[in-house]
Amino acid sequence: MTPRPQPAPVPGSAADRPRRHTGPTPRTEAEVWAVLRQIPDPEIPVISITDLGIVRSVTLTGRVARVTITPTYSGCPATGAISLAIELALADAGLRPVLETQIDPPWTTDWLSAEGRAKLRRYGIAPPHAAGPDACPRCSSPNIRRVSQFGSTPCKSAWQCDACLEPFDYFKCH
Amino acid sequence: MSDLVTYLTRLGDNTLVLGHRLSEWCGRGPALEEDIALANTALDLIGQTQMWLGYAAEAEAKGRTADDLAMGRDVWDFRNLLLLEQPNGDFGRTIMRSFLFDHWHLLMLRGLTQVSDARMAGIAAKAVKEVAYHADRSAELVVGLGDGTEESHRRMQDALDRLWPYVGEMFIGDEVDAATAAEFGAPVPDMLRAPWDDAVLPILAQATLTVPDGAFAHQGGKTGARHTEHLGHMLTTMQWLHRAYPGANW
Repeated sequence: MTPRPQPAPVPGSAADRPRRHTGPTPRTEAEVWAVLRQIPDPEIPVISITDLGIVRSVTLTGRVARVTITPTYSGCPATGAISLAIELALADAGLRPVLETQIDPPWTTDWLSAEGRAKLRRYGIAPPHAAGPDACPRCSSPNIRRVSQFGSTPCKSAWQCDACLEPFDYFKCH
Repeated sequence: MSDLVTYLTRLGDNTLVLGHRLSEWCGRGPALEEDIALANTALDLIGQTQMWLGYAAEAEAKGRTADDLAMGRDVWDFRNLLLLEQPNGDFGRTIMRSFLFDHWHLLMLRGLTQVSDARMAGIAAKAVKEVAYHADRSAELVVGLGDGTEESHRRMQDALDRLWPYVGEMFIGDEVDAATAAEFGAPVPDMLRAPWDDAVLPILAQATLTVPDGAFAHQGGKTGARHTEHLGHMLTTMQWLHRAYPGANW
């Protein structure tokens, strides 16, 4: 079994600070995307906001970086934290960030990257699947059952594995 | 107030009032999972409120924000359905209230995804995914509790009997509904009754609950003409901080 990654840093602690940008100011949209790929999701820090599929578009005009994001759930409290993290990261890279929110078409778990899904599973969260989770993310047993339709955040539900008896989160298909 | 502003305010007040009612359960749920589920549902509804009332405030063009509308209006300016301001009662009554509304809400939002106003359709497309989940969950609980123990069955039947007179208001249209239907193709409330019956009645039957006789419907919530006493008490709690410390922030 792959060892689990380190737990998320305590919010506000030194380890929680986003990585400082060291290279030159991004000159292409691809380089702006590279900066965005470094920004962790505040609720599930093992995946980045680009893995999550919430960055719709990036346009770079001189030093003005216009980033359009789509919130996951309408009441998701992480949306504000994500916007702030993007603004800080881009300003740190020497750009002037302009953020826009686009709700239509609505975000769907289909936009999670393949890499993001693999990272979720390694972290112990079953990735979204049309028919519900297929296996325990810890021991891979298919002998699992739902405990509750809602979990620790709006995007997850609570499940239990009857083989290894561990509870786990499932990222709901949305 | 233009018909569009009234219409958007009704949508936003429905989600705000039910969202606040569900949040009253926070830390008091009968089980940890139910507590979290109610809080998460409340969060979805408050998020939808921000979008509806945000649009209402912009369409109104008086310089107000969604927060101003939520926290600065008094009872007579609210346009939510009377059903939603009813007190939580026990867990069964809270679930029954959500169940009766969720299936109406789902039909309404499905219709709204088709309107010609792109922003309204966009908000509905976002909200409908969340509400489909709410409707599934409340239906599952109504069956589980209705067809449960003698005690849970009695409580669910009491809840249905008590809330039934508030069901009719969801399906009574007025000139605002007619105007938005004509202008944007928004769903007409009267047309939602048959599909709502088709969705809800079989679930109530499966829950071994008896639908009360009588079609009497309390009215006055969506027009603001006559709210029940309960809304004022709810707003005193909900708006207290904002009114005591205007502009409070963190």
